[in-house]
This record gives sequence, structure tokens and C-alpha cells, in this order.
Amino acid sequence: MLHRLLPHPLLTVTLALTWLLLVNSLTPGQALIGLILGWAIPVFTRRFWPERVRIARPWWLVFFLIKVLWDILVANVAVAVLIVGGQRFARPAFVAVPLELRTELAIGILANTISLTPGTVSAWLSPDRKLLMVHGLRVNDPDALVQEIKTRYERPLVDIFEPPC
Amino acid sequence: MLEIAISVLIIIGAAFTFIGSLGLARLGDFYTRLHGPTKATTLGVGALLIASVIHFSTTGQGVSLHEVLVTIFLFITAPVSAHLLAKTALHLRVGSLAPTPPRAEAAAAAKAQRDD
Repeated sequence: MLHRLLPHPLLTVTLALTWLLLVNSLTPGQALIGLILGWAIPVFTRRFWPERVRIARPWWLVFFLIKVLWDILVANVAVAVLIVGGQRFARPAFVAVPLELRTELAIGILANTISLTPGTVSAWLSPDRKLLMVHGLRVNDPDALVQEIKTRYERPLVDIFEPPC
Repeated sequence: MLEIAISVLIIIGAAFTFIGSLGLARLGDFYTRLHGPTKATTLGVGALLIASVIHFSTTGQGVSLHEVLVTIFLFITAPVSAHLLAKTALHLRVGSLAPTPPRAEAAAAAKAQRDD
């Protein structure tokens, strides 16, 4: 019963917060409208959300976000130096990252993270979702890059979204 | 003091946005060009938005956090569009400096069969 009335609690909270940011105020009235929207939208768009998102360790997600933000900062400087300093340092290559993640949201976050961090853009996901093709701007050692992506970004996401039972 | 901070942030933001656009023009092939706009621009716009938050939060109408939303949307949409462009380029076999994975689809299918 609760599941029918409130199919995606996390989505509800996210939508309510988004509404508050959109109207840029924290009055009780706006909070109420936000909650109503957050309740109604998931209920009426239930078919678009086949998976029920489960975050096993919310606090780890916060640490992960901080780490990613820091990496984005570093990535920006690195890419900027590469662009200004000329292309002779660029050594582009494609690498294939085998995925352990299974849930759609987690794979999406991983692909987004890869695109936002040092010199890599996720380029292609195999239809069976087992392989993510990544294009690197400066790849000296493809295996090391794959290992780095797996330990630095995929491992925490596995822990957050799909902890072994 | 505050105005200096805002000015510095705006200059940093403008510089990174410019470098990102420069990368789009200077880098060698389609795939490396994707790197400029996805990264340099996120920090550029990020710095501009922080400047905007500081400016509007200190001049009148209370705390302004609209900009957080802009940042979140940008961080979600920029990689998605980059991914779609790269995927399309792979599909169309756009020329590349790096050796493209030989028929990415076929390679993945072969790997999947080996795993089974």
C-alpha cells in the first residue's frame, strides 16, 4: 500500500528540493507545493521508473561527491594546460572498462563522472551493459587507466548502490 | 574586498570558458575536441555561478541559491551530450587520432560470447 502511494521516496525528496531551489525561497507554502509535486510526479510517471533506487550508504555518496568535485577541479586545470600548451602531449586512445555495476542509475553516474574527470570521456556503452568504452586524452598506460577508473570511481559506487548482501 | 573576490571569480570563469572554446578549435580530431567543452567549460561556468551566488546573496534579497540548480543541471547534461556525440561519431566512423576500437559493437559481442 505504501509502495503504491509513495513509489520513489528519494525522487520525492529530490523533486521537492529542486522546487525550493527553483522558486528560491523557503516559506512553508512553497515547501508544501514542493512536497505535493514530489508526491504527484512519481505517482503519475510510475512507468518511467522501473527500478526502485536504493542507496545503501548515503554518507559515502557525500564523500564520493566531494572527491568527484575535487577531481573535476584538477581535470579542468589539466585539460586547460594541455589545450594551451599544445597538442604534443596529447596521446589519445580508447580503452574498454569492464563494468561490475548493474543498476542503471549507478552506471549513469559512473559514465557522467568519467566524462567530468581528468582527460576522459565515456563514449560508448555496450548493449549488454558489461563494457564501457572510454576515450582518454592523454593515455600513457591503458591498463593503468582502466584500473584507476575501477578503483577510484566504480568501487565506491558499487559500495553505495549495490553492496554485497 | 568582496568585489575583488567576485571579480577574480568572473575572470577565472571567463578564462576557463575561453580555453574550453579554444580547445574546440585547436585540438586534433573529433574525439579530443569533445574534451574541451565537457571539462573546461564546467569549471568556467561553475566559477561564474559562484560569483553570482556571492553577488546576489550580499546585495539585498537574501540568500540566492538558484545557481546551484544551474550547476547540477550542467553537470548532468554536459556529459550526456558528450556521450551521445562520441557514440554517434563511433557509429559513423569519424576519423580519429587514436585507433578506434575495431567495430565496437562486434568487439563487445565477441567478448560477451567469450564470457558466456
